[in-house]
Amino acid sequence: MIIKNKYIFLGLSLLLIVAAIVALVTFGLKEGIDFKGGTQWEINGVKQENLQTILPKDTIITNGSNNSFIVRLPELSEADHQKYFKEIKEKDSEAVELSFETIGSSIGQELKQKAIWAFLFVLLGISLYIAFAFRKVSHPVSSWKYGFITLLTLFHDALIPAGLMAILGWLYGAEIGVNFIVAILVVMGFSVHDTIVVFDRIRENLRLEKGTNFDFSNLVNKSVVQTFARSINTSLTLILVLLALYFLGADSLRSFIVVILVGVVVGTYSSIFVASPLLVLVNPVRNRDRVL
Amino acid sequence: MRKRNVYVLILVVAVTLLAAVFVYPPIFDKNYNFRNWRLGLDLVGGSHLVYQVDLTGIQSTDRESVVNGLRDVIEKRVNLFGVSEPQVFTSKAGENYRLVVELAGIKDVSEAIKEIGETPFLNFAEVDATDPNNPKFIFTNLNGRYVSGAQLVFDPTTGRPSVTISFNDEGAKIFEELTAKNISKPVAIFLDNQLIEMPVVQERISGGKASITGNFTVVEARQMVERFNAGALPAPITLVNQQTIGAGLGADSLNKTIWAGLIGTILVIIFMLAYYHWYGLAAAFALVIYIFLTLAVYKLFGVTMTLAGIAGFILSIGMAVDANVLIFERRKEEIKKGVSNTAAIEEGFRRAWPSIRDSNISTILTSVILYYFMTSFVRGFALTLLLGVIISMFSAIIVTRTVLKVFAKQ
Repeated sequence: MIIKNKYIFLGLSLLLIVAAIVALVTFGLKEGIDFKGGTQWEINGVKQENLQTILPKDTIITNGSNNSFIVRLPELSEADHQKYFKEIKEKDSEAVELSFETIGSSIGQELKQKAIWAFLFVLLGISLYIAFAFRKVSHPVSSWKYGFITLLTLFHDALIPAGLMAILGWLYGAEIGVNFIVAILVVMGFSVHDTIVVFDRIRENLRLEKGTNFDFSNLVNKSVVQTFARSINTSLTLILVLLALYFLGADSLRSFIVVILVGVVVGTYSSIFVASPLLVLVNPVRNRDRVL
Repeated sequence: MRKRNVYVLILVVAVTLLAAVFVYPPIFDKNYNFRNWRLGLDLVGGSHLVYQVDLTGIQSTDRESVVNGLRDVIEKRVNLFGVSEPQVFTSKAGENYRLVVELAGIKDVSEAIKEIGETPFLNFAEVDATDPNNPKFIFTNLNGRYVSGAQLVFDPTTGRPSVTISFNDEGAKIFEELTAKNISKPVAIFLDNQLIEMPVVQERISGGKASITGNFTVVEARQMVERFNAGALPAPITLVNQQTIGAGLGADSLNKTIWAGLIGTILVIIFMLAYYHWYGLAAAFALVIYIFLTLAVYKLFGVTMTLAGIAGFILSIGMAVDANVLIFERRKEEIKKGVSNTAAIEEGFRRAWPSIRDSNISTILTSVILYYFMTSFVRGFALTLLLGVIISMFSAIIVTRTVLKVFAKQ
């Protein structure tokens, strides 16, 4: 069933990927202060109009939790920080600083570079490991292709949440920072779990069928069906925990959790409906899958 | 065989009970002062400050020692704030040296930042006075790193305060050479990059003492002496990164997230019971053991718990039962083949192992890469996730297997 309808499933993925790329190209990702440098300041017990008059013109003020305000502005020196807070205190004596974070633009640049490196290393590391773990299964699909397909699905799983963040950035001004990169890497590390389960079953079935006349696409289909329940269940336990964290956990973790949540759903889909169909597609000897 | 498994199980339960007592703050941390929980700045409130160290003019071979000296000076200074366990460490990014200062639970951050910043940066310069209206300064390598102490001295005739600084042996030698070279020429003394005075050298000065007369009030001079005694900076620093979190915000986040973790765990347990019945109970048992053992390992190793770290741990709870899911699904398949229950359990464990191993290795790989590439806040997350995955392999496989061996029907 799954392999027979592979073009439908792959088409759906393709559609999502194209949508993600379009969103990324047209809206782009909004960089948070971690990457571009700047200041984020959360203040409680103040009136918005007072913040507007005291702080510089290019300040962005949004609502935080519990009636606080989150203020974003270009890098603020400690002296200016104290000066502004004194002025705020004069108008609103109840004012309390909940948090203050300022990051130099050079540090932001550096962090961005590190994040990109970490992303590439995870991508390559996992793919190479899969190629290595499947080194003994080289027929009819070489182990490098397992690694390559893992690479493709990892890209798929990272790209779709990234596209979503671009859309959220456009709609609500959501910004990406270090947390986003960490979430994407966690998604990649997790989404490969399900892919491994399916590939492992294919590996095992290939061993069982050794010497018989079998059809590779049938074998892949059978493996996907056999492991379907566990792919869903392993993801479901994580999704339950993520939902609890989203609804009950700290507010500052929310966007981090959303990215992982979307990534886990996409990752589960991709290991069932993308990775295995691709494995059949890259197999050049379609109807002559005899293992001698 | 079964008897041995019963013993193993009793041992595991006993260790878990100990772990549970150990990790529960109202029982343990309140009464014992051993390996208490270390909470990150984001939870107890506090400040994470990153300073860029300006090392221009310092030879590359000396840089390491200058930065270490700088760390010691700042550490001494920070210790005066009375913050519990302040952390001062250096980090190197490419050719950039940085100094990271972490102050947990500090009340007045702005005051602390001011104090750190006002640690004096002292250096001496030769003066090229060919154009008397526009003298040129040639900075020497004599600076605050060679200062061993300072004293407040009053001029016996004018009663004006001055500061006498003492150099260490190395500094004394440099100072002697400097004065010898510049007899009857002025030498400039800079404090925090500001020219303080330009006395004319009368004679070669050995013994390593220099007097800064300047134009200080008694209060200013006394403050300067205190700061020099805490240590003068061997290189100037600038604050490039600041993260300050109020204590109230952190406590609220901590409570909410622990609550979320608890509910998440209960949901996972309900799911496992509903789907795998008695086997789900074994998985739930292993999960509870996993939770306490992992927390005990964090505490024993002194892992600083940040919000991100706790999130990493809660995520690992969602992943910890994955191995059980794989094993139980496999068991079901074997039962369908007509194998006996105990044999099916054994097969389940044996056959599920390669995929458990491979998938855990991919998460381990991810957390190791995160640990090496990212900043300290991310490191907490990477570390808890890494330890969690490793321990979950033990709990989900060994603990569940033992439980099933003891309780499963033949």
